[in-house]
Amino acid sequence: MKDAIGNVQRIVVLGGTSDIALATVMKLTEQRRDVQVTLAARPGERRTAATAELESLGLQVDEVDFDAADRSSYEKAVTLAFEAGGDVDVVMVAFGLLGDQERAWRNVDMALDLVQVNYAAAVACGVLVGERLRAQGHGAIVAMSSVAGERPRKSNFVYGSTKAGLDSFYTGLGDALAADGIQVMVVRPGFVRSKMTEGLKAAPLSQTPEQVADVIVAGLRAGRRTVWAPPAMRWVMSALRHLPHPVFSRLPI
Amino acid sequence: MDARRALRGWGGTSPSVATVHPAGDDADLVRLVTEAGRRGVLARGLGRSYGDAAQNGGGVVVDMTSRDRVLSVDTGTALVEVEAGVSLDQLMRLMLPLGLFVPVSPGTRQVTVGGAVAADIHGKNHHVDGSFGDHVVTMDLLCSDGEIRTLTPESELFWATVGGMGLTGLVLRATLRMKKVESAYCLVDTERCTNLDDLLARMTEGDHRYTYSVAWIDCLASGSSLGRSVLTRGWPATLEQLPPKLRDHALEFRPKQVAVAPPVFPSGMLNRATVAAFNEVWFRKAPRERRGEVQSIAAFFHPLDAVSRWNRIYGPKGFLQYQFVVPFGAEDTLRRCIEMLSDAGQASFLAVLKRFGAQGAGHLSFPTPGWTLALDIPLGAPILGGLLDRLDAEVIAAGGREYLAKDSRLSASEIAPMYPRLEQWRGIRKAADPDGVFTSDLARRLGL
Repeated sequence: MKDAIGNVQRIVVLGGTSDIALATVMKLTEQRRDVQVTLAARPGERRTAATAELESLGLQVDEVDFDAADRSSYEKAVTLAFEAGGDVDVVMVAFGLLGDQERAWRNVDMALDLVQVNYAAAVACGVLVGERLRAQGHGAIVAMSSVAGERPRKSNFVYGSTKAGLDSFYTGLGDALAADGIQVMVVRPGFVRSKMTEGLKAAPLSQTPEQVADVIVAGLRAGRRTVWAPPAMRWVMSALRHLPHPVFSRLPI
Repeated sequence: MDARRALRGWGGTSPSVATVHPAGDDADLVRLVTEAGRRGVLARGLGRSYGDAAQNGGGVVVDMTSRDRVLSVDTGTALVEVEAGVSLDQLMRLMLPLGLFVPVSPGTRQVTVGGAVAADIHGKNHHVDGSFGDHVVTMDLLCSDGEIRTLTPESELFWATVGGMGLTGLVLRATLRMKKVESAYCLVDTERCTNLDDLLARMTEGDHRYTYSVAWIDCLASGSSLGRSVLTRGWPATLEQLPPKLRDHALEFRPKQVAVAPPVFPSGMLNRATVAAFNEVWFRKAPRERRGEVQSIAAFFHPLDAVSRWNRIYGPKGFLQYQFVVPFGAEDTLRRCIEMLSDAGQASFLAVLKRFGAQGAGHLSFPTPGWTLALDIPLGAPILGGLLDRLDAEVIAAGGREYLAKDSRLSASEIAPMYPRLEQWRGIRKAADPDGVFTSDLARRLGL
């Protein structure tokens, strides 16, 4: 149970190797490390490394097999994650696939991969996790959306469309779960220098996973429903959203 | 009608949603307990515990305030049998005209008898009269098997229930031994103390002569004024001690509500500057020394009750209360804790210091011989969590403990060193409630 100060006792990360999620776990447990963290991700080196890193801080970590691309893994993963300990204070929905935009919009399989991982799996997890949190009467969900979902751009609209779907779903889920005492917070980061964007040219206002984590932790403690990272992105995107299309389509973004 | 809604403690932090069930008759509660689901059942009274003690997220919370009948009164023996939802306010209004006062009164009248048992509350008279549980003669406890057991102080389950935070069953009724009084007034001596040494010396030297004793400390004072305070001590006033004009209505008790705090205060209004100004005025207005002043019970015991919902002045972020006790001999720890609070500038109106007397028999009862300090702190400052964690470490190192009815932030690992009889209590609870039907957010947070 989250305490009066905002310290948590249990965190579940779906997409447990995400740089932003790991940075958030570290930030959220900065004051107290007697926290149980469940990392749900594909088995492998990255998950092992993430576990080792969190354990070295004194956190109690356990692993659950989860593959967002594998429809048959969702129920089992969420069940195992929730039953690995007591009440869960925060669930992070942090898996995602950036994909190759140029190929994705011309290749059915690649486009559907993005849809499956970024949207369908996220919706499924939202349904499953929402039911679990409802039963305990408290808790929070952090859903990783993206500014790419705010207005489609030629350079990444397949990815952007999946994030737009996720964003809508979790925004609505927040309304549906409010009466049950559940906070759902949609996070809209701009460009983050992480392993997801390795090799890409950094966009303006680019940031580190730690900076996004700061925004997430502050938002959780303040009970926010939507946060932008960096916070200024909110106003940038608001402006971009309202640009006339002829202008918008000429922007080098 | 059952309703799912969010419940908070008095501090307004960490709410959770539960099914709130207004308590019906015994049969209704027996049914509720025997049909309990996985998230269990918990009794709730007037919600004055500060943290999550009266919350049970996802489970059932029984609102006991509908069970508020006084069942019998014997003015000769001073024994009163009441339902658990009776409040101390109600008891005082009904019983003072009969010359009976509650044996233990906390800083508010707005607590139920069931809650008073569960938290084994204490008052300004702990050093002579002990805590609430010491004045309970019998109680009826609805256990997880659906049986209603009448417990007396001879049974272990009685003392696991006194201070047991509602985790052994539902207290349905209790018989209390009231205190006989001749008036609804107290005779009060007030002294200003220039610093902590002065205060501790006066309390150590003189508390035993008084029935009631409490000191209000300015926790923002520092340096040579660290711990400056106002000490008020008194006795129940006898008829002849009252001025003639009060004698005709000596037992009249009609406390007035002056105001209701509206829900419009922003967080952060109680900051270092406003609280320091308040504390200064309040210290200056207290007399340097005054003897034998006649004060009404409401004014002496429950000054904050005059403003209903006063917790709203802390704004939407809420506040917490930090209350600990350290044994006699650990005065250095007490001083260090006050210094840490003063240095951090964590604004607290009026911290309260008391001396506890003998240890009670409740396994999880808070009072243990020593100095107890309680202070309200607004939430919001990022340094607060770390500061309180360091205070916890000081308290544990000195062999002290913190009060579960006030707690909203301890971690599970801190409870065992504070409550050495925890394992024994767990054994009794396990035997009485093997499936853990009675549970709370506090119990889950602290792994009780």
